[in-house]
Amino acid sequence: MGIVTPGFRGRARTADERLPPGQYLVEDFPVLSAGPTPRVRTENWRFTVTTETGRTHEWSWADLLALPSETPTVDIHCVTRWSKLGTSWRGVSLDTLLADVDTAADYVLAECHGGYTTNLPLEDLLDGQAWIAYEFEGEELAPEHGGPARLLVPHLYFWKSAKWIEGLRLTLDEDLGFWEAAGYHAYGDPWREQRYQGD
Amino acid sequence: MVRGRLAWRVGRLAEVRDETPTARTLVLDVPGWPGHLAGQHVDLRLTAEDGYRTTRTYSLAAPADGDRIAITVQRVPGGEVSPYLTEVFAVGDPVELRGPVGGWFVWRPTAPDPVLLVAGGAGIVPLMAMIRARRAAGSRAPVKLLYSVRTPADVYYAGELRRPEPGLDVTVVYTRKAPADWPGEPHRIGIADVNTAGWPAEFAPQCFVCGPTGFVETMADVLVALGHDPRRVKTERFGPSGS
Ligand SMILES: Cc1cc2nc3c(=O)[nH]c(=O)nc-3n(C[C@H](O)[C@H](O)[C@H](O)COP(=O)(O)OP(=O)(O)OC[C@H]3O[C@@H](n4cnc5c(N)ncnc54)[C@H](O)[C@@H]3O)c2cc1C
Repeated sequence: MGIVTPGFRGRARTADERLPPGQYLVEDFPVLSAGPTPRVRTENWRFTVTTETGRTHEWSWADLLALPSETPTVDIHCVTRWSKLGTSWRGVSLDTLLADVDTAADYVLAECHGGYTTNLPLEDLLDGQAWIAYEFEGEELAPEHGGPARLLVPHLYFWKSAKWIEGLRLTLDEDLGFWEAAGYHAYGDPWREQRYQGD
Repeated sequence: MVRGRLAWRVGRLAEVRDETPTARTLVLDVPGWPGHLAGQHVDLRLTAEDGYRTTRTYSLAAPADGDRIAITVQRVPGGEVSPYLTEVFAVGDPVELRGPVGGWFVWRPTAPDPVLLVAGGAGIVPLMAMIRARRAAGSRAPVKLLYSVRTPADVYYAGELRRPEPGLDVTVVYTRKAPADWPGEPHRIGIADVNTAGWPAEFAPQCFVCGPTGFVETMADVLVALGHDPRRVKTERFGPSGS
């Protein structure tokens, strides 16, 4: 399909091949979330990985900071159509965190302070594709951007990069997360414009 | 294959109403519209002659009237789509759209609990849909609206909001210029305004906050500081920028 909207021209476009279809560039860092910003204290911070058999692995804030960190510079893409290129972060690779976790799970449900959840295939968190990030552009990650720590999965729409992350639940079957259960796409690939179910 | 509410449909502009010098309500005829809840939105897709396409999201401003839906668009200077929709798009013109979208920032008229609506600028649109849905359903849920605008000329739905309505309290706060009979100086909404015009936290109202990002961030923090359960504070942030 595709009907022309009479008299609509659109803005002059420059093709930036780092920009997925339907996205535009921003210089600032928009904030989007479903409710108020929680303020999570690092003294109380815990990150838990729970396997399909119920085994848990837990890290405190000090444990997280003691792990080898990485400083990925990545492009991020929000389903509300903004993209931000070349953002730099510091965090711990999920490869490091999951190294000793014994699992046959294919799926992960990321669980956050305040009850937000989002689902991902486990393989999308491995092989250098995802981090628990605690710094943004050389500064502590601000609460409105998910501080003290968030999931960072830059190859998927940014709602998958769950803020105020508390844990990962590994499952054999896919459970839908907060937005996914409300009709957003289960996977969310920005390059295929997977915004809503059925895209 | 895509079916139902996420399929693209063609709507036609049936009627326009200017709300303010920079905002216009567009009433669209959308054959087969499935209905929606107050607070949901639609995606509009525009296509230029050369095939270029772009999409924007707009809140539904009222309950559906059969196949008729309404949105209200604020003109953003230098914007790609909102100047087109408010100045060029004419009665009879077609546009592609899909929806309704969004199942979180919604209010159901069957809910009896008190409601606090906090709007900044164009953020009034989905909250007005809630006020209108309440009226249409004959709901008796008590509603308070706290609405921040720059000047009296920036109030959307001004006539309708001025009309007394049982169980609905409207408080407008002006940030730049107030009407002559308004008590106090223009100011940004603060904790005192929310405390005075809202519900005590013990009443456990459902709170809906909508507007520009900075506004929403501040208001949600204020509500939590006043003791409201964060799980009962739903927010929707308009506009791409962090202003
Ligand atoms: C859930 C939701 C509901 C909404 N409901 C409403 C509503 O009821 N009423 C309403 O008026 N608006 C609403 N909006 C906002 C609306 O979707 C648009 O963002 C708004 O109309 C501006 O679109 P525009 O094309 O005119 O401006 P844009 O062209 O998108 O410009 C807006 C700003 O974004 C930046 N920008 C965007 N695109 C580019 C680009 N290609 N290049 C450079 N900079 C760019 C610019 O800084 C510009 O100042 C809603 C948004 C959301 C997310």
